[in-house]
Amino acid sequence: MKLELGKIKIDDIQFSEKTYVENHVLYVNKEEVEKLVLEDDKLVSCKLDIAKPGESTRITPVKDVIEPRVKVSGGEIFPGVTGKVSPAVGEGRTHALEGCCVVTVGRIVGFQEGVIDMSGVAADYCPFSKTVNLCVVIEPQEGLETHVYERAGRLAGLKVAAYLGETARNLEPDVLEVYETKPLFEQAAMYPDLPKVGYIHMLQSQGLLHDTYYYGVDAKQIVPTFMYPTEIMDGAIISGNCVAPCDKVTTFHHLHNPVIEDCYKHHGKDINFMGVILTNENVFLADKERHSDMVAKLAEYMGLDGVLITEEGYGNPDTDLMMNCKKVERKGVKVVLITDEFPGKDGKSQSLADVCEEATALASCGQGNMTLQFPVMKKIIGTMDYIEDQIGGWAGCVNPDGSFEAEIQIIIASTIANGYNCLAARGY
Amino acid sequence: MAKYRIVHYVNQFFAGIGGEEKADHKPEIREGILGPGVAIKANLSDDFEIVATAICGDNYYGENLDEATDTLIEMIKKYKPDVFVAGPAFNAGRYGVACGTIAKAVEERLQIPVITAAYAENPGVDMFRKDLIIVKTGDSAASMKKVVKSLCPLIEKLAKHEEVLGPEIEGYHERGIRVNYFADERGSERAIKMLVKKLKGEEFETDLPMPKFDRVAPAKPVENMKKAKIAVVTSGGIVPTGNPDHIESSNATKYGAYSIEGMQKLSPDDFTTIHGGYDRQFVMENPNLVVPLDVLRELEKEGEFGELYNTFFATTGTGTATGSAAKFGDAIGKTLIDDHVDAVILVST
Amino acid sequence: MVKGIEKYGIPVVHMATVVPISLTIGANRIIPGVGIPYPLGDPTQGEVDSKKIRRRMVKRALKALQTPVAEQTVFEKDDF
Repeated sequence: MKLELGKIKIDDIQFSEKTYVENHVLYVNKEEVEKLVLEDDKLVSCKLDIAKPGESTRITPVKDVIEPRVKVSGGEIFPGVTGKVSPAVGEGRTHALEGCCVVTVGRIVGFQEGVIDMSGVAADYCPFSKTVNLCVVIEPQEGLETHVYERAGRLAGLKVAAYLGETARNLEPDVLEVYETKPLFEQAAMYPDLPKVGYIHMLQSQGLLHDTYYYGVDAKQIVPTFMYPTEIMDGAIISGNCVAPCDKVTTFHHLHNPVIEDCYKHHGKDINFMGVILTNENVFLADKERHSDMVAKLAEYMGLDGVLITEEGYGNPDTDLMMNCKKVERKGVKVVLITDEFPGKDGKSQSLADVCEEATALASCGQGNMTLQFPVMKKIIGTMDYIEDQIGGWAGCVNPDGSFEAEIQIIIASTIANGYNCLAARGY
Repeated sequence: MAKYRIVHYVNQFFAGIGGEEKADHKPEIREGILGPGVAIKANLSDDFEIVATAICGDNYYGENLDEATDTLIEMIKKYKPDVFVAGPAFNAGRYGVACGTIAKAVEERLQIPVITAAYAENPGVDMFRKDLIIVKTGDSAASMKKVVKSLCPLIEKLAKHEEVLGPEIEGYHERGIRVNYFADERGSERAIKMLVKKLKGEEFETDLPMPKFDRVAPAKPVENMKKAKIAVVTSGGIVPTGNPDHIESSNATKYGAYSIEGMQKLSPDDFTTIHGGYDRQFVMENPNLVVPLDVLRELEKEGEFGELYNTFFATTGTGTATGSAAKFGDAIGKTLIDDHVDAVILVST
Repeated sequence: MVKGIEKYGIPVVHMATVVPISLTIGANRIIPGVGIPYPLGDPTQGEVDSKKIRRRMVKRALKALQTPVAEQTVFEKDDF
């Protein structure tokens, strides 16, 4: 399967009469976007705003972040969710508006929606402090049931991203990247001297507000399977969850999965990248047992020599991570884990809720309990009303002027456990 | 400018009093420098002075831990030190434990920076590495020359409250404190490089060596359940509606104690869950799914056990530091012992 | 928390869904919970049966507290 990914660099977003891209600027017709969002009668209001790097702007509570993309060779983006499912997912040609994002913002559903600061000290920890963001601020109907609200918020962002992606359909990309993974036997034969490496991708699937969707299927209902890495670049996986903000694998991060991107960089040089094993992190022990067994079986079946494993979230998913690690290693496949740490504010407690002796190689994505002083921002997109309840905050952490102290877990994707950031932790 | 004042601690052997036969030497303090203090002083800049040396026999310290600590603290306090140095203990086990104990006590009670030094296998290192900066040494005093090269710059930094860098750079035993930094490459790239090395059988360095969790021996079972008093504890975040104690939904720093006196079950009107790590819907409708008060009351009435302790304890388990959890357990355990509770049901989600 | 309490000599039965974590942290008497969103009971089977499940589990917990153990033990069956 071969995908051409054309990237159009976007440096700025401006509101305009018409929605189009010119000279690296995305022009957006506000009314059209608002109308599109309000097609869903669960939402009673939608306001758009733009946040740019370096501005004194805070966005919160953030639900999801999405990069606009479009399938230009047939098929649709976000298959099974806003787009049709078709065989074209992961192959042909896709265009992406790189450097800009759609950010959905609104009253919290759970505690798990975080903060993006566009400047100041917290900006160093957040990937979306460096992108130009179109913020879609939504307001649900009064008394809307939480699942329904979550779904409405999730779809609003995806629809806007798909709508903006359309502007890229006929553009000439600044960069054209080509990714290809062949059917298993062919791929194995292509680089017979290189170690065959796979990626075990654990999807957050813990229930209400903790769900990820695979072709529109709720990830808690899947059994482990394998897939071509390029399918993910076309939106085969989208985020519907509200895991701790720092850990949130946003839809942006699925499109830009760093393990997949970097495995392709090494592909044919020092590894033979064979593909992705997809699994989940369910709340029942029987599921954890069954799925880690299946993951190990698939790794063996694919003839892998080594795997990278990432998780989303912390706490009980650490058990899935360790069960996968242990069982895959016992099949004779070498494992490296990628995850973040929660050793307490003083950094002295255990970093992970579960461990196993086979976990000899682990790349840290930093620890989420470290605290920061968040400065006053001139502009708030969304509301500061929930900071004290959001994960990473605490009662009394907000000062009267709007500055606050919180753990970096409150920052969207600050310690994201798939290795997207340079943040890491080490022993002192 | 006044000089930085150091008080140094050594055992009977390094004080030149004697070996094993003098290990019961009682605490004393002498003005000025003694034994290894000479080499330490020689490697410090001129604005540092060792004003006094505290001494105690290793056996005496080990056998009179609290009393020896109190006595020594009083003695040390009089010299108004800016920084406290204990040892180096090298591979002397009892001495290492004594150095760690007194250094930790000085830091806590006199609120000044402290430092000690010992060999990796000295039991004092594992006991105190989380609390103290323990400079690495060889297994004997022959390594003193090398030790002062790490020890003395650290003494100066601590006295001046300058930043202490990582254990590799400064030469101390890693304390197990996890500190963030920005690496040159992102996590995914570093992981792939680690995997390539692991596949080739080359050496690689994990970012997080797997910890070993400690164990507690199983407590004896309840002998007579018909008379036993049972308490319920939960990490499932069950709290009275409105969360009066403001327990955090993740990485909790406190727990709450809530009365269930006179209640036959937990009502969803009075109790909720603030746990940030699971789908709360079911438990919000029926908190008995976590604190099983309804069936406990039935079983209490039927005489299956003696009585239910009329308070339950709750915190949230998501991302809660093991250090905090241990502290909660200790505080709850103490209360339960005082109230003659015989057994505990602890529910986690 | 389990260890903090048990070190006072009070037996603790840990009712937890994620048994591996319970084993890792060092609980000595463990009863597997039904699921993370509902450890004691199963509301998807209706209130009546859910409560029956809870009652059985709590009885098993009482039994575990009366059982001498030499090492970490998971009580999986209702053998009373």
